[in-house]
Amino acid sequence: MSAADLEVAPLRKPSAIGKVLARWPARVGLAITLIFLLLTVAAPLVVPYDPYDQDLSSALSPPSAEHWFGADQYGRDTFSRVIYGTRTALLAVVVADGLALLLGCAMGLVAGFFGGRIDAVIMRINDVLLAFPYLLLALIIVAALGPGLTHSMIAIGIVYTPQYARLLRGQVLAVREADYVRAARALSASRLRIMLRHVLPNSFTPIMVMATLQAGSVIVETAGLSFLGLGAQPPSSDWGALLADGQSYFLTAWWIATFPGLAIFLVVLGFNLLGDALRDHFDPRRRG
Amino acid sequence: MTRYVISRLGQLVLVLIGVSMVVFLTMHVLPGDVATLLLGERATAAALLRLRHQLGLDQPIWVQYFDFAIRALRGDFGMSLRTHHPAIVDVMDAFPVTLQLSLSALLLATFIGVPLGVLAGTRPGGTLDNMLMSMTLFGVSMPIFWLGLMLLLLFGGILDWLPIGGLMPVGMDVPRTTGMTVVDAVIAGRPDLLLTSLRYLLLPAATLATIPLAMITRITRSEMLAVIGLDHVRTARAKGMPERRVVIRHVLRNALIPVVTVIGLQLGLLLSGAVLTETIFSLPGLGRLMVDSILSRDYPVVQAGALFIALVFVLVNLLVDLSYGLLDPRIRRS
Repeated sequence: MSAADLEVAPLRKPSAIGKVLARWPARVGLAITLIFLLLTVAAPLVVPYDPYDQDLSSALSPPSAEHWFGADQYGRDTFSRVIYGTRTALLAVVVADGLALLLGCAMGLVAGFFGGRIDAVIMRINDVLLAFPYLLLALIIVAALGPGLTHSMIAIGIVYTPQYARLLRGQVLAVREADYVRAARALSASRLRIMLRHVLPNSFTPIMVMATLQAGSVIVETAGLSFLGLGAQPPSSDWGALLADGQSYFLTAWWIATFPGLAIFLVVLGFNLLGDALRDHFDPRRRG
Repeated sequence: MTRYVISRLGQLVLVLIGVSMVVFLTMHVLPGDVATLLLGERATAAALLRLRHQLGLDQPIWVQYFDFAIRALRGDFGMSLRTHHPAIVDVMDAFPVTLQLSLSALLLATFIGVPLGVLAGTRPGGTLDNMLMSMTLFGVSMPIFWLGLMLLLLFGGILDWLPIGGLMPVGMDVPRTTGMTVVDAVIAGRPDLLLTSLRYLLLPAATLATIPLAMITRITRSEMLAVIGLDHVRTARAKGMPERRVVIRHVLRNALIPVVTVIGLQLGLLLSGAVLTETIFSLPGLGRLMVDSILSRDYPVVQAGALFIALVFVLVNLLVDLSYGLLDPRIRRS
């Protein structure tokens, strides 16, 4: 082997993603999350029936070759409805988790960067939001806005805002006096520019870790509000609404409530596995 | 320590003012105001105007807020639009049910979670540890409203061992003293009622305990691991102390401080979970009351309930914080 061969074949360093996925829980989490995402897109291709089609002749029929997960009281195919439910769940992640991320990051960034009175006011608002048990806060917001899927997602988004605000504020405080930020300041970069170009990109990783970890909770909470009758309304195929539907029949037709719940459990488990793996990888204190 | 307590109490007052503002404002940005709600959609404009004036809704918003805050301090939130009782009475009637449910769930979670955490923490990486850690992951990923239904299906439906919901069987009542059926049965000296109320409590409490149980197990394990490598533990072992004693006296005692905090902080989770658990098991608790009141737009009760729960939550968090100082002398001094 010549020296040239050695040069073209350097020792391959495993990439960051490779390292995260080195453990099996992370791979399982990623697989579940990907299947979930795939189903949201491919739902119409996967389902054997229209999720809203009623067929009273097969009402309350148990799982069979025809209806894999059985049928509900109107003869709607539970399997199709559960698959379509992935869409509401993903929507919840995008809207609620996204809203919390945007609001929280903006609050944390401003609070950490300006400090002083602005910081104090923002953090007190945070304290007030944290003074409610989280589902209670969501309940009050839904009470104000009125029941409905969009409103419930906004409510959950607001509930999770303080977590991001705290995270980002801490990040900003940590880098505010870093040399490169001081250098940017010395070059008379505007505060907005420093925040958006220097501080925010450095906080990207912890934000993404938190967003993944929160995604699971957001799905459970949104489904929970729908289950209580405050979120998605019938005939929506939201998992929480399906469960609420099945509750009235659970002793005679267990399948209506069982499968949507199982779907929530699996997806949340997927996000949690993935989130845990990401956190363990990026938080050096937890590594090892 | 005294100064710390005083400053914490000051913060508490500020937070409570904020909380009351949130509760007040959310009820005032409603689509359709309270007057329309009370009189119905078909009320005449004159009647609406009169009622708005009566209720002070034509006053500036900050006057309305002060009025609300002062009445709230006296526990006056107005009458429930559904039951026509004072709203606060409905809330206080429902609270013991939620309290009993939350406390029993917390007891279950603690008395199972801490020993499990110790078992896992003393043999990290072992089969038992791996098994327990997988179970805690399942536990925190479980939607409890689904778990509750599945438990009901299994133990209430298929096996028929336990009742499928409610506080007590129809027609069987515990003489009311505290409103908590189990406590009242003990006070009344009726073992039969005690047994029945416990049978009714078991499934809801187990359901609600799931997530706190998983979290307590995890935190106990990780705190055990943090302490077990310390010098004083090695010294204890080196002088020949039996392992059992080392674990209990030297590891667990030190590991428990953060665990106590985590146990205290589960309350928010429990109060949130209680809303769902009470719905599944048809328990007439505060969570169920809040949801029903929201659905029927009974705003006096929603306001009273929300403020009351937030007050309890904030006070418990304060107590947890202070107990942390009592348990750990290093914090007391600083």
